[in-house]
Amino acid sequence: MFDLTGKCALVTGASGGIGGSIARSLHAAGATVGLSGTREAPLQALADELGERAFVLPCNLSDPEAVAALPKQAAEAMGSVDILVNNAGITRDNLFMRMSDEEWQSVIDVNLTATFKLCKGVLRGMMKSRWGRIVNISSVVGATGNPGQGNYAAAKAGMVGMSKSLAYEVASRGITVNAVAPGFIETAMTDKLTDDQKAGIMGQIPAGRMGTPEEIAAAVLYLASPEASYVTGTTLHVNGGMAML
Amino acid sequence: MSDIPDRVRKIVVEHLGVEEDKVTESASFIDDLGADSLDTVELVMAFEEEFGIEIPDDAAETIQTFGDAVKFIKEAS
Repeated sequence: MFDLTGKCALVTGASGGIGGSIARSLHAAGATVGLSGTREAPLQALADELGERAFVLPCNLSDPEAVAALPKQAAEAMGSVDILVNNAGITRDNLFMRMSDEEWQSVIDVNLTATFKLCKGVLRGMMKSRWGRIVNISSVVGATGNPGQGNYAAAKAGMVGMSKSLAYEVASRGITVNAVAPGFIETAMTDKLTDDQKAGIMGQIPAGRMGTPEEIAAAVLYLASPEASYVTGTTLHVNGGMAML
Repeated sequence: MSDIPDRVRKIVVEHLGVEEDKVTESASFIDDLGADSLDTVELVMAFEEEFGIEIPDDAAETIQTFGDAVKFIKEAS
């Protein structure tokens, strides 16, 4: 349905469940994909699976120099960056009163500051070509809050405000900036939850189940597509109804 | 070197869609030529590419007029 032939997409956190699925769906729509992440082996495995039009671009987003270099590396490998998906994210959960400065800062650095820097790094090319799509992966937690995730919720809410501000600035240049806010999705991140925690979460989800990475990827694909050209500054919530925002 | 004003003028005319004779020495991109703040960022990007120079952000902020741009580029290239 959506055709991204000739477009080049950089996806961070592509070694994870959601990021891998996003990369697969953009690739299936015809895009060339740059797979970024800290662990090279899963990125390479994904690139092998995708075959042509896939590039491995390892990057540790907690390393400021690596973050600064990534947009350039991606543009050199693929020719341009027309679509940026800031999907990479980490958690360092702790009760607010026990949260260390380091736990706070590392989550802000990777989830929010790296997103800012990557957006900034790809804008020049998008401005010149008068076309661009930035999709920032936020979280339902950024809108609702979550005990134990003061740092994560702050970073994810920050991404939304940042996306809206940037959306204002570049809308006239054919660049859209949107966020996708997943609810609870079956990934390695949610596998760590206990059965009790999972049961508690299920009770809050009208759909009665967790979402799949493919359901997030479909939202990203839409926002990255030419068809979504009039959608900017929005947050698309994909959460089975658990928070109707 | 001597063609710098002409090359700068060409970029300004193309980017802002203004008449060539409006682009005078003292013409302000924003006040006289109808640029918005994002246009000025794009002009600086275009100058950097045309002349193969790098214009740092703090210097870019001082480039308000056509004359400022020509002067900066002459000194930088």
